[in-house]
Amino acid sequence: MTKLDHLRNRDAVLRMSESEAEERASVVDPDDERMIINMGPQHPSTHGVLRVTLELQGETVLRSKPIIGYLHTGMEKTAEDLTFLQGPTNVTRMDYASPLFTELTFSLAVEALLEIELPDRATWIRMLMCELNRMSSHLLFLATNGMDLGAVGMMIYGWREREEILRFFEKVTGLRMNHNYIRPGGVAVDLPDGWRQDVERILEILPERLEQFDVLMTGQPIWRERTQGIGIITTDEALALGATGPVLRSTGFAWDLRRAMPYLAYDQVEFDIVVGTYGDTFDRYAIRLNEIRESMRIVEQCLELMPEGPYRVEDRKVTPPPRARINESMEALIHHFKIFTEGFKVPPGEVYTAVESPRGELGCYLVSDGGPTPQRMHIRAPSFANLQTLPHMMHGGLLADAIAVISSIDPIMGEVDR
Amino acid sequence: MSESPPPVDDTTETVKKLYDVAVTESKGQTVLHPSRDSYHDLIQLLVGEGYDVCVDLCGADHLGNATRVLPMTIEPERFELIVNLLDVHTPRRLRIRVQVPESDPVVTTISDVHPGAEAMERETNDMFGVCFQGHPDPTPILLPDGWEGHPLRKDYAMGRIPVQFKTVEGR
Repeated sequence: MTKLDHLRNRDAVLRMSESEAEERASVVDPDDERMIINMGPQHPSTHGVLRVTLELQGETVLRSKPIIGYLHTGMEKTAEDLTFLQGPTNVTRMDYASPLFTELTFSLAVEALLEIELPDRATWIRMLMCELNRMSSHLLFLATNGMDLGAVGMMIYGWREREEILRFFEKVTGLRMNHNYIRPGGVAVDLPDGWRQDVERILEILPERLEQFDVLMTGQPIWRERTQGIGIITTDEALALGATGPVLRSTGFAWDLRRAMPYLAYDQVEFDIVVGTYGDTFDRYAIRLNEIRESMRIVEQCLELMPEGPYRVEDRKVTPPPRARINESMEALIHHFKIFTEGFKVPPGEVYTAVESPRGELGCYLVSDGGPTPQRMHIRAPSFANLQTLPHMMHGGLLADAIAVISSIDPIMGEVDR
Repeated sequence: MSESPPPVDDTTETVKKLYDVAVTESKGQTVLHPSRDSYHDLIQLLVGEGYDVCVDLCGADHLGNATRVLPMTIEPERFELIVNLLDVHTPRRLRIRVQVPESDPVVTTISDVHPGAEAMERETNDMFGVCFQGHPDPTPILLPDGWEGHPLRKDYAMGRIPVQFKTVEGR
């Protein structure tokens, strides 16, 4: 256990209740130079409603504690009330920057319990959409990360590029966010006419823009000064704290579920895992920037290899019949009615599925009791686990760097609090 | 679909021998069913076997669930603690399910072995009222301080807190 001793002895986590912290903050001891202050939840750099209690000595952060729960809306409880078909509408609202991934992990869990085999086209559509979503999520990160560190120009460019992808999502799913597109049994609708041209256009404009970002941010001395050597974490610490995704990869540990435990058709496409060296804020930034390039490679292969065929399983007990069939077939009408009123029943059992979301391992633990609603649905949110690395990254650093560190974790509070 | 180790590999064999833990399989994923007393030691032992990441820890309330399948030797209880372990060196997963009785919902913490389980145990405590003995910071995490009840318990009804609607003047 020597690996963990360092983590424990560091004393980076402020372990006290809110009332205790308040009490400590009000007592003024002239000999004690430490003080407890509160950052957030309304601070603009806290990605929504993250609140951090900090123990400071001058400008140095000693101990800290992320206080979460401000966005807690009981989504796991809600999930127990929704049928398996309605489930994706609920889970998609958790990670609102990459909603397709939560839909995917939930759908994979339901399909594992149903033991149904997906048609190829459904798998590849899912992969295409997820990789585009990874790009839009990372672009959002570049935008907010730039904004947090004072590169406001980057914010505008990041949002602009993300919008290109969201426009494609709107065309396919009807919505810019919270798509409810990936559903148990496949996807909601087939790709629309002209999707190929739209994706090709995105692939055409992005590389040039990414190079502009390199000029604007990566090579810029001020940016490097601000991010290099800040918020360092080692591989052992990241693993012990359950951190995954870019936080873990920034330490130089090449762990990516798409490669390690391939789901969908990731074993049929070529891509590289981007890793860092120092585990600092700059590495986490550079990883996400380059992951956009890797995702573009996967999207290109999706364009090439996209098979023809049905976009969802043809099992009428799971997916509704085509609209045209309802007019002519009584049976189709009954199936349609049954699916949308009482939902389909899922055999009893329990399963855990995991996918690599832009933030790390996104898992779904699903228990069915044989009815149309889950007995228990738990989402393993990568941001929730990654936030635990925050006190360790901030320990001993400056208060101004705390902003850079929070931003580099890229937490989405909707999925942290669920 | 996440890949999982073959039903019986070296690890499960070792575990079986050492702790006499029941092993089942669910949709191709290996599940261990240790008793509450041997749970902490088992987690510790599995670190040595390579399962050094505690990727997820959550609770479940099986009140009224008659369809649950458990090994013969395991007495079903109302609550369950589910731990998903990950071996990042040879990619494989392992799930651990511990039965937690309603009358005494206390389990030993594993945050001394896996510091990452700390927040997850706090969440489980919030949601199910399962206490973790030896936890370094047993404060609420998702719920406000002083919240009464445990929302994810099956007998905690949805909508039990009335929402106040305001009437519009002049109608």
